[in-house]
Amino acid sequence: MSPTQWDFPVELCCRPMAFVTLTGLDVVFNAVHRAVWDAFCANRRADRVPISFKVLPGDHEYPKCRPKRTSYEWYIPKGILKTGWMNKHLNLVPALVVVFYELDWDEPQWKEKQSECATRVEIVRQSLQGRNTKVAVVLIQKKTPLPPGEDVIASERAAALCNACELSGKSLFVLPHTDHLVGYIIRLENAFYEHAQTYYYTEIRRVKSHKEFLNKTTHQLLFVRHQFKIAFFSELKQDTQNALKNYRTAYNLVHELRAHETNILEIKTMAGFINYKICRLCFQHNTPLDAIAQFRKHIDFCKKKIGSAELSFEHAAWMSKQFQAFGDLFDEAIKLGLTAIQTQNPGFYYQQAAYYAQERKQLAKTLCNHEASVMYPNPDPLETQTGVLDFYGQRSWRQGILSFDLSDPEKEKVGILAIQLKERNVVHSEMIITLLSNAVAQFKKYKCPRMKSHLMVQMGEEYYYAKDYTKALKLLDYVMCDYRSEGWWTLLTSILTTALKCSYLMAQLKDYITYSLELLGRASTLKDDQKSRIEKNLINVLMNESPDPEPDCDVLAVKTAQKLWADRISLAGSNIFTIGVQDFVPFVQCKAKFHAPSFHVDVPIQFDIYLKADCPHPIRFSKLCVSFNNQEYNQFCVIEEASKASEVLENLTQGKMCLVPGKTRKLLFKFVAKTEDVGKKIEITSVDLALGNEMGRCVVLNWQGGGGDAASSQEALQAARSFKRRPKLPDNEVHWDSIIIQASTMIISRVPNISVHLRHEPPALTNEMYCLVVTVQSHEKTQIRDVKLTAGLKPGQDANLTQKTHVTLHGTELCDESYPALLTDIPVGDLHPGEQLEKMLYVRCGTVGSRMFLVYVSYLINTTVEEKEIVCKCHKDETVTIETVFPFDVAVKFVSTKFEHLERVYADIPFLLMTDVLSASPWALTIVSSELQLAPSMSTVDQLESQVENVVLQTGESASECFCLRCPSLGNVEGGVATGHYIISWKRTSAMENIPTISTVITLPHVIVETIPLHVNADLPSFGRVRESLPVKYHLQNKTDLVQDVEISVEPSDAFMFSGLKQIRLPAQAFYTYQYFCQATGSTHG
Amino acid sequence: MAVCVAVIAKENYPLYIRSTPTENELKFHYMVHTSLDVVDEKISAMGKALVDQRELYLGLLYPTEDYKVYGYVTNSKVKFVMVVDSSNTALRDNEIRSMFRKLHNSYTDVMCNPFYNPGDRIQSRFVSLGRAFDNMVTSMMIQVC
Repeated sequence: MSPTQWDFPVELCCRPMAFVTLTGLDVVFNAVHRAVWDAFCANRRADRVPISFKVLPGDHEYPKCRPKRTSYEWYIPKGILKTGWMNKHLNLVPALVVVFYELDWDEPQWKEKQSECATRVEIVRQSLQGRNTKVAVVLIQKKTPLPPGEDVIASERAAALCNACELSGKSLFVLPHTDHLVGYIIRLENAFYEHAQTYYYTEIRRVKSHKEFLNKTTHQLLFVRHQFKIAFFSELKQDTQNALKNYRTAYNLVHELRAHETNILEIKTMAGFINYKICRLCFQHNTPLDAIAQFRKHIDFCKKKIGSAELSFEHAAWMSKQFQAFGDLFDEAIKLGLTAIQTQNPGFYYQQAAYYAQERKQLAKTLCNHEASVMYPNPDPLETQTGVLDFYGQRSWRQGILSFDLSDPEKEKVGILAIQLKERNVVHSEMIITLLSNAVAQFKKYKCPRMKSHLMVQMGEEYYYAKDYTKALKLLDYVMCDYRSEGWWTLLTSILTTALKCSYLMAQLKDYITYSLELLGRASTLKDDQKSRIEKNLINVLMNESPDPEPDCDVLAVKTAQKLWADRISLAGSNIFTIGVQDFVPFVQCKAKFHAPSFHVDVPIQFDIYLKADCPHPIRFSKLCVSFNNQEYNQFCVIEEASKASEVLENLTQGKMCLVPGKTRKLLFKFVAKTEDVGKKIEITSVDLALGNEMGRCVVLNWQGGGGDAASSQEALQAARSFKRRPKLPDNEVHWDSIIIQASTMIISRVPNISVHLRHEPPALTNEMYCLVVTVQSHEKTQIRDVKLTAGLKPGQDANLTQKTHVTLHGTELCDESYPALLTDIPVGDLHPGEQLEKMLYVRCGTVGSRMFLVYVSYLINTTVEEKEIVCKCHKDETVTIETVFPFDVAVKFVSTKFEHLERVYADIPFLLMTDVLSASPWALTIVSSELQLAPSMSTVDQLESQVENVVLQTGESASECFCLRCPSLGNVEGGVATGHYIISWKRTSAMENIPTISTVITLPHVIVETIPLHVNADLPSFGRVRESLPVKYHLQNKTDLVQDVEISVEPSDAFMFSGLKQIRLPAQAFYTYQYFCQATGSTHG
Repeated sequence: MAVCVAVIAKENYPLYIRSTPTENELKFHYMVHTSLDVVDEKISAMGKALVDQRELYLGLLYPTEDYKVYGYVTNSKVKFVMVVDSSNTALRDNEIRSMFRKLHNSYTDVMCNPFYNPGDRIQSRFVSLGRAFDNMVTSMMIQVC
């Protein structure tokens, strides 16, 4: 966009830098000069001093300096600030002119050169007559200079040169053209910068000195001007603190000026400029709050200074510019590191700028609505001789006139007319949209999604006004969902109304239909008459006719649109539009509900589709189809009503597909599930409802799943929360809110009509072949086929159980590890009605504990559903928990031959092993046999035959056996000596013959064997007679391999008389048995 | 005093919104809606504070050229938004606070009404207490002139 009247001048917006001109450089033909110039311009980063350089010829004519005024007494200023002033000091009048001259100290023709140099300086000075501009000379030298003081000629000649050029020593520089050019240049420019600062300092002093001549009555404008100049020079001097201070003073002075309709624009313009400078400097000083405060003050000051009512759009334009410029400054500051917040960011300023731009548009619309016959005035009152204004903010047709009275009202009128006519050509929408989109970008950054949406709505509306309907629609469509999802129906309706207009004007069929559908719906806050109109239009469109234009549309645009719609009709073929409703709120609602969460496969699946229309008039739909995850069912769930297009609104109360507003319509569907789908979920994937027919135009509303649109989830929640009692309705009607969508159902197998019985005798005994009798009886009316049995350990239990449980059908042989824990699909044939069959199962449990067993019977049966023959697979299962216990407890003990308990046995001495089998089974057990398997270290004394063969043990009874064993000496064995195993073969007493016996192996305990040196064995008769002798025989056995000395003494009791040796001493030889006899005669009895 | 009073549900849809009839209703709807940006941000910022220490009054949400928008949030995250004319400089923070408190009390009365279903829009037509609420809002808006 080219700069408009309202844009700030470039020289105001740039950062003022000291202006230094370089003369005597031939940058085109002289490589050395070129290099010098490049070093000045290249890489001007922030660390270099702020100077703007310009190369000019030595004889350049600088702007003439007007003769200094000696008195202000008769001087009346014509305006505040001349339009050329800032540019003059930025780009035309230098602070310093540098004369470059190639001259070495040892130049042979020194004199000539020196005077040439002096001439050049003189020419420059002439041109700058009257100005305080500094002049400096730089000698470009080929040689590197010697350190100061060493080169005598140099200092002499330098002094001479200064003298000739009338320069101070500080203004003469030497630039050796050597390797370190950049370094020298940087030093040079720092020196230039100092000179420039001095220059601007003197300028400030000069302007200040005028002050005392001014008086408050006639020179008010000059106060502002001078203050502004001081501030501007301070900026050039890079003294931003003072610049800010002076701008602030200038700002206050501007508002002290007497304002009148004739000069209000000038005052506002200057106030705007100064305000801009202040805000800019505040941001630069990192005091953003000061900037904001100043801006607020500025706006509050100027908001009401509208000026001429006929040109009030100018005020709006100016306001808009103020906000935009501040927004730009703010944004720039953020880019340089300032942090903004959600509630204080540039977006607000752009937004406000857009708001004023809108106001400008409105004002322009009312003020500039001249007849087409009104011609632009000639001569153009806005033209000036120079093409520009002399002073900022003045009217071109009365420049420099300070009087508040209009000397020439006619001229004024013409001028205003010219401005108004010009304003008429301004494309306001473009500006508004630019500002809005700037604001959108900002609000996006500062987490204001709703503000962003709001601005986008405004952009859309602006595009609509600008007749760019495509863009308008795109924006509106984009934000609609935000308002919809948050349930701001008033706002949504407003947006939709605009969107409907756009789609009408572009004859966008699908959009038009979609927006109509939603505007008729329950989310729309339109009045009924509006809804009626939209519904009528919608029907027209569906009947392949043109709709009536939307209200308040541009007349020309409507004409174009009508033509477009007519074209659409002539193109008509079959137009089918499918519109997904999940993203909006259409005027018809749909809910699908299966009657039950599951259906048996032998009953028809039933579900209802509920429909409710919210539009003002009854409406007839042409077709309803339901789609499922298994598409084969789709064909069963279609309702189609053949009707002519014209009947959409007629014949209303009849027909299934005719919806009366506000009434809930229930449509029942029924179909038979496929037997393959048993165990699967049937899901309604979509419901399609068609409006209109395929001859004209047809809209298919598509609900995903079991219905529901963008608003229904919230409504359902609200309905669920509600505890309001709903009024009673007739039986065939339901409350819409009370319908809960149920979009899926499970197909489950037919209910089995058989009985499964289990007969067994718990608990199971470890390792036995436990018998489980399964009885299956059919109660079906017809024959059942393919009966299969699955039985065994129920899956999903402890994995160890699977290893230790085995199932077989054959009880005659013991099953081993190779048998499975679960037998699957054992075919057992067919069953006639009432017939029953029995199957025996044998389970062997290797460990104790409880187990769950599963018996699962499946079969096939033919049945009819809805006159359709189907084969149903039914199944019935039974589970049973069976405890497994040990059949008996076995206790083993070692006793001596005299049945005395032994802790340990003695080598070579016989002892007894006693086993005791205690039945723990609740059922009688038969011990078929038992066997003792001795370890090699043990030997038997007599025969080891079973003493409990075929013993029947009832619960709690026990059977004992006794074996006489001997253990030869083995030396000292750690932990004792293994004895062997005891094997019991047993079965239930009740078990049949062919059931194998079970052998239970019991590991016998280890026994500690001790070697003893002497073994005494008394041989006593079992009884004696009174007064008869009783022979007593003692065997003494030396178990060692040494001869032992043995002393035997016998101490008889008083009851006996004793004969024989009472005391004897004898050597006992190794491994030898002695017999020692003595006789005793009992005296008394007992 | 107030030119617009709004009650916003926890889920950010409007429960009640009233503005001066003389002005463009839509403008206030947008204003209230956009102010929720700031409310959301303020709520999430104070989310960590303990419930009983939480200040319900959110203060000035954002200023526009012509209006000031104030916010208040109840413990159940129902928001009250009040729009006041910028030129009305007489209105102090304390008065705004007390207006919000009044509004909160009236809202509590509505909630206590057994015929009101929480989450429903407050409509003066149906619920008698809705009318009381409406009257209270009217009183808050009338004091302007």
